[in-house]
Amino acid sequence: MHFSDIFMKLWNAGLIQKGIWETIYMTVISTVISYVLGLPLGVILNVTGRDGLHPVSWLNRILGLVVNFFRSIPFIVLMVSMLPVAKFVVGSSLGNNAMIVMLVIAATPYIARLVESSLQEINSGVIEAAQAIGCSNFQIVTKVLIPEAKPSLITGGIISMVTILGYSAMAATIGGTGLGQIAIVYGHQRSKPDVTWVCVLLLVIIVQIIQAVGSAIVHRTDKRIRQ
Amino acid sequence: MIELKHLGKTYRTADQEIVALDDINLTIHDGEIFGIIGLSGAGKSTLVRCINLLEVPTSGEVLVDGKSLTALSRSELLKLRQSIGMIFQGFNLLEQRTVLRNVCFPLEIAGVRKQDAKKRARELLDLVGLSDRENSYPSQLSGGQKQRVAIARALATNPKYILCDEATSALDPNTTRAILDLLRKINEELGVTIVVITHEMKVVDHICDRVAVIDRSHIAEEGKVSDVFTNPRSEIARNLIFPRERTVLETQGGKRLRLSFDGQTTCGPHIAEMVLACQAPVSILMANTKELDGVIYGYTIIELPTDVHQADKIVAWLKNSGISFSEVE
Repeated sequence: MHFSDIFMKLWNAGLIQKGIWETIYMTVISTVISYVLGLPLGVILNVTGRDGLHPVSWLNRILGLVVNFFRSIPFIVLMVSMLPVAKFVVGSSLGNNAMIVMLVIAATPYIARLVESSLQEINSGVIEAAQAIGCSNFQIVTKVLIPEAKPSLITGGIISMVTILGYSAMAATIGGTGLGQIAIVYGHQRSKPDVTWVCVLLLVIIVQIIQAVGSAIVHRTDKRIRQ
Repeated sequence: MIELKHLGKTYRTADQEIVALDDINLTIHDGEIFGIIGLSGAGKSTLVRCINLLEVPTSGEVLVDGKSLTALSRSELLKLRQSIGMIFQGFNLLEQRTVLRNVCFPLEIAGVRKQDAKKRARELLDLVGLSDRENSYPSQLSGGQKQRVAIARALATNPKYILCDEATSALDPNTTRAILDLLRKINEELGVTIVVITHEMKVVDHICDRVAVIDRSHIAEEGKVSDVFTNPRSEIARNLIFPRERTVLETQGGKRLRLSFDGQTTCGPHIAEMVLACQAPVSILMANTKELDGVIYGYTIIELPTDVHQADKIVAWLKNSGISFSEVE
């Protein structure tokens, strides 16, 4: 059977549309929640660090350990082990909302590290200038660190979204839906590699769109490169 | 008035102590431009950061208008910093803000209403000559323009003092002069007291009223610029004012003298008179003059003839002439 025939068949059955929607739904919701949690965590990691605005070594060390702990577990293992947590949070260990819980648990520490390193890139002289002006540490975070790191923070958000998209496909192995599920259930388990390839193609297109839109936003935001 | 009393700063690392400042005593009067000059690592950057407590001294006191900074609460300190502007070698502007919003930044922190802040920022951009660039971003400006924005930002909250940390060290000579002239104008027109940290003699020469020379964590000497320049008492001041002359190296082997001219003795054909009177030739190895407050100061390095008799004659003539001189090693 021809590639486009397979695509049309899946399309007419409504599977493709549903898969794309579910994938985007999981990815976007997870990214937003993870970023909302990861941004303050990253700020705290940066601020309490040895060269931060307000070093608190015990807090920094504990948070660093927790973050490293979650980041060192492979996602597939993390998913299985976090099933009870998902059940506790959303009342079920199956379905997309449960998958969002897993994705958030996996992505938040990752985003926290990205945020931490974005903030580290800010020239220490600019921070010193803000201190000389009489800024409190909180004002330095909200008016200097975050606005100055904005392009880099957005770049980190885009990278996270693409990573989460990849994880969301993996979630199909324990009951998640979306394009990953179509690829695994309809393609792999029924020995129809063509179906899998359709999903791969669609995932590639989605990643390309995320990346292109993201880069355009970064370019518009960053005032350092505009001449 | 800024007073530093027995100021000390020691950095402690795991295995050693580094003394950055040791028993610094300085008084900076209102309305003057005070220079602090020293080589890299002498402690001058640490010193200027102690004045607004960006660096906390480990001993001694910093008094600004009689208030001891180390005794202030955190919020009092933040408030006080609004009355001390600061500019830096690296400009340190917010890259993601326009020029206008950079100048507004300290006003935003001080809680000034947005409209009033913009009005004030525009006045200052006019003062520093950048009215037409208010919507530019720092990346679109030259180094000199960035420093002008930084100066406008430092002036935003009407500070009584401005601290300049190597403010012209990243600029070319022409731009340096223009920025120094601007600082002088601000000092004269707005009455702002300026503290200038630099390693360049020409900066002190150009704008400072008084100068302190800092060397290895200590103040080596301090005084009016014209006094320190014409009669440097410390080794370090001599080195800064007259950097080691490389041209002096290739000579015939005769004794070399440095003749110093103060305001009275600068004019007049002294060398020619000396040669005629002694009937002995000398080589002029190097000469330089400087104008300070309308008085010309200068020095000449000469090499005496190898003939001991002739050389003695010249030395005797110089002793009589009132020109101060010393031997160059």
